[in-house]
Amino acid sequence: MISVDVDKCLHCGGCVGSCPQNAIYLNDFVLEFNKDCNGCGRCVKLCPVGALSKE
Amino acid sequence: MRTITCDAVIVGAGPAGSMAAKFCAQGGMDVILLEKKAEIGAPLRCAEGVSKSWLDEVGIKPEASWVRADMKGAIIKSTKGTSYQLDESKAGNEVGYVLERHLFDKALARDAANAGAKIMMRTACTGIIREGGKIVGIKAKSMGEEIEIRAKVVVAADGYESQVARWAGIDTNLKLSDIDSCIQYRMCNIDVAPDYCEFVIGSAAPGGYIWVFPKGEKIANVGIGVAGQLCTGKADAKMYLDKWIAEDPRFKNGQILEIMGGFVSTCPGLDSAVDDNIVLVGDAARIIDPITGGGICHACRTGMYAGKVLSECNKTGDFSKKALQPYEKLWRDRMEDKLFRNWMAKEKLATLDDETIDELIKLIKTSDIKNVTVYNLLKAIKEKFPQVVEGFEDLI
Repeated sequence: MISVDVDKCLHCGGCVGSCPQNAIYLNDFVLEFNKDCNGCGRCVKLCPVGALSKE
Repeated sequence: MRTITCDAVIVGAGPAGSMAAKFCAQGGMDVILLEKKAEIGAPLRCAEGVSKSWLDEVGIKPEASWVRADMKGAIIKSTKGTSYQLDESKAGNEVGYVLERHLFDKALARDAANAGAKIMMRTACTGIIREGGKIVGIKAKSMGEEIEIRAKVVVAADGYESQVARWAGIDTNLKLSDIDSCIQYRMCNIDVAPDYCEFVIGSAAPGGYIWVFPKGEKIANVGIGVAGQLCTGKADAKMYLDKWIAEDPRFKNGQILEIMGGFVSTCPGLDSAVDDNIVLVGDAARIIDPITGGGICHACRTGMYAGKVLSECNKTGDFSKKALQPYEKLWRDRMEDKLFRNWMAKEKLATLDDETIDELIKLIKTSDIKNVTVYNLLKAIKEKFPQVVEGFEDLI
């Protein structure tokens, strides 16, 4: 549901700690969303560089 | 699967984790400190400004390697342009250092190692192991190998991400308004004072502030935090920071050497930072000053407290939530009131318009504050603008 623009992402992990579902994992330079993601969009709203979007 | 056994496993080798590891090891515990990344202290996710007053309290002696710059004072500016310069004579120990975090963090991890802690690099915690409902260790991936680390107690020092606590069932979720979305540039070739930290508040940084923390001549960490409830999903932090930099002639020839993101929690603290066989420290415990976003001193304090309390618990082998209460008491007695007061102040600040913020800075300029601290600033504000501190006046 959430897509990551890998060319923008700074791998800061901000979305990880902000996710109410704890559904995001930062695996080095790759953001992984697990099945608990309910598409609430909080990470999209907060991303400091706008690297996330709702599909 | 390989299994390693120890007394305490500490997840994350930032300041909180390393301090906890050091004090556990000094207390005679067999400690393993995990670091997910390939380097301790990097990549940077920090503005690197600290005050000096707490270093003594946690037994850290400043080292030339990690003190990048010694500050003479601070400058607080409104978006409208009123500025207040605060010098060392008035700021005392509140003014401080700008660090080299990549060296500071390594120095603390080195101290932990010297005390006897074992460090496992490139080792990420991937889950909690429970047996009969009880936490008995963690699952980890170490240089690609799936392992188990069995321990009497787990210390969650995994920073803002705070996943270990949540895997263990401790709620560290934040309200949107208790999150600041941040971005920072390391900028060179800029005309800023090399020994003053600068803070800009108001609509330039909605609900947060812009900082300029010098790292030497013509070079600084230039960053911004924007309050979560005011973010709109349009790269807000970057957009506001770029706009402010573009409008300030001091940055006309500036170039960016490094870009980093990072969030801070700005909540008043958790209901409980412990549970049976688990302790939360530093950013992972959401123990951060809600108004400054400063977390390093809190991380070091909570790490130290945890290490001392766990060493005591190790004598009896009881790491239950009840047995861990002395840790709760230590951090709450030292920091809870201040966290709550500054959280209230932050909530209020986010609602003020630029005119009011400008008035507040003018007031601070003309008032005769001998020793400038957040507390004394709030006291001066309370006298002239009681409505600004409405709801938490009793704490001032």
